[in-house]
Amino acid sequence: MSAHRSLINKLLLACAAMFAFGFALVPLYDVFCDITGINGKTDKVAAAAPDRVDRGREVSVEFLATHDPAVAVDFAPETARLRLNPGELQLVSFVVENRSDQPIVTTAVPSVSPGEAARHFMKIECFCFQEQPLAPGERKLMPVQFYVDPELPERFKNLTLSYRLYRSVGQRASR
Amino acid sequence: MSTQVTGTLDAHGAAGRPRDHDHKPRGLARWLFSTNHKDIGTLYLLFSLAMLFTGGSLAMVIRAELFQPGLQFVDPHFFNQMTTVHGLVMVFGAVMPAFVGLANWMIPLMIGAPDMALPRINNWSFWILPCAFAILLSTLFMEGGAPAAGWTFYAPLSTKYSGDSTAFFVLAVHLMGVSSIMGAINVIVTIWNMRAPGMGWMKLPLFVWTWLITAFLLIAVMPVLAGVVTMVLTDKYFGTSFFDAAGGGDPVMFQHIFWFFGHPEVYIMILPAFGIVSTIIPTFARKPLFGYESMVIATASIAFLSFIVWGHHMFTTGMPVVAELFFMYATMLIAVPTGVKVFNWVATMWRGSMTFEVPMMFSLAFIVLFTIGGFSGLMLAIIPADFQYQDTYFVVAHFHYVLVTGAVFGIIAAVYYWIPKWTGVMYDERLAQVHFWCSLVSVNMLFFPMHFVGLAGMPRRIPDYALQFADLNAFMSIGGFLFGLSQLLFLWGVVRCMRGIGDKATDRVWEGAQGLEWEVPSPAPYHTFDTPPVVK
Repeated sequence: MSAHRSLINKLLLACAAMFAFGFALVPLYDVFCDITGINGKTDKVAAAAPDRVDRGREVSVEFLATHDPAVAVDFAPETARLRLNPGELQLVSFVVENRSDQPIVTTAVPSVSPGEAARHFMKIECFCFQEQPLAPGERKLMPVQFYVDPELPERFKNLTLSYRLYRSVGQRASR
Repeated sequence: MSTQVTGTLDAHGAAGRPRDHDHKPRGLARWLFSTNHKDIGTLYLLFSLAMLFTGGSLAMVIRAELFQPGLQFVDPHFFNQMTTVHGLVMVFGAVMPAFVGLANWMIPLMIGAPDMALPRINNWSFWILPCAFAILLSTLFMEGGAPAAGWTFYAPLSTKYSGDSTAFFVLAVHLMGVSSIMGAINVIVTIWNMRAPGMGWMKLPLFVWTWLITAFLLIAVMPVLAGVVTMVLTDKYFGTSFFDAAGGGDPVMFQHIFWFFGHPEVYIMILPAFGIVSTIIPTFARKPLFGYESMVIATASIAFLSFIVWGHHMFTTGMPVVAELFFMYATMLIAVPTGVKVFNWVATMWRGSMTFEVPMMFSLAFIVLFTIGGFSGLMLAIIPADFQYQDTYFVVAHFHYVLVTGAVFGIIAAVYYWIPKWTGVMYDERLAQVHFWCSLVSVNMLFFPMHFVGLAGMPRRIPDYALQFADLNAFMSIGGFLFGLSQLLFLWGVVRCMRGIGDKATDRVWEGAQGLEWEVPSPAPYHTFDTPPVVK
């Protein structure tokens, strides 16, 4: 029986390890996406200012705004599209308006397409760094200050920055 | 070599106990409290048969709705419940328990062990299953209905947009997982520690080998499934954001974790069938299996590769090209060991002295039709082609060829092959041949045209379709109904044997049969190999 016992223990340990591995995939997934920069996720903290401007080429950046249909807001970019030199600092704003008679706390999730270019999309200031409270009926301009890293590979000529607006997780839990 | 095992038992180990020592408890208690591998094997197989007809009935609803374009019988939400529960019942209720049932019955007999290593665990792992499926199927009768997110329950369908049946679903999947893991541990410990003296690793029958590897796959991935359903549960009810972008999660990550489980899972459902076919073909070709060692290596290679190909289910999620290429080449690599297997089966038959009893017919159909499913799998592995095939009936055709004419045909072949040993009577060969031919024709009527409508763009999981698909869909539905009805012939054949109607089976049953299980009387006594046989 002891031969059984030790084998069973090893197999149970393997099961436990694989259960833990399933959950470990969650941080591993983020780390992997972060290292390879393939998921279109931008940094959640402010980038340093650009050290040079590459006047030799232009990149076009489009802006998209969508929102969870369950959140009663209007949400749109002020500028639909911009041409800029890599390294050139730009400021664009997104307009959000609370269409309900309730206060809403929103959180915006950014995504850059193509995904491989996301790590070269540098945000110095962004409304997506914090949750944004909106009073009933409030209309608000939300700015993003950014530049495109001059290290951006030549093959990327068009980038898209999109935001999707959700009700913040904290407010959802308290409702 | 597995084939040299046979007929080399020492005298007193051969036949197990004499038959007058063959007592067993009577009545319901025998089945509820049984720790006997044969009883539990029988329970698993009967449960699986019941689930085959349950899942089949749901498929009949799907085919009835798709008989004509437009909405006929059910509303789209109920249709989604049918596809979802059909998938779950067939995967976790019909195919997997059937293989565990076969393992219970045959592994101790094949390796000369008196029982499974952990008989009480064995009882538990079976009796959890009916509870799990009672929970899952009860949701069909609840307000809001059963889970409808597909058997793959992608987030956010299963988190944001699902009903409260999700909680029942998660509990049911947890129970199925616990049952599978206990079964897998039992199989591994039995094979590891309880082989008869002299039965070295390279003398193991191939069914035992394939099951050993399958059991390791189960240990590796069922806990990951448990993890992912737990994440779905907490995302839905406890405010976590594993798959919710608003809270920093990622719905695509669901697919990565799910398919990390899901791809090995599909091999869990086919490797034991490979073992069955590798057992049956030599018997009826009256030749030893060609390339035993290469079969073992091929099975292990397929199992290894199954862990690094999950991305081919996700080509259209916006994966980088490098990752797509990796998954494409890794997937195509699987064709190599699988091709080795098919080659070996054909080479086993080459110049063999073949006869075509029904287990052999199902095995031959398995080789041809599983290979068709394998080829459509290769087509799906090609990234640009997959962009067209994704989520069409072509995918449905592919996985039904590998699962129905692959796994299910393998199971049916195994039942016909071993049922004389289980019941002591031969099945009715003529009835079984009718069952085979009806199944063969109808299954191809059902699934073959799915390739065409899929290539033409008919999406899966939708209760309605464009008019140009009407004729083929009517044809497929007729095939579906015929295939469903054909399985009643199977039921009839099995019930006849269970009631002892038919010719008495000899101990060896098949002229060319090889292996320890044929050394015990037919029907196999309640207790066998109390004294281990010696394998030379």
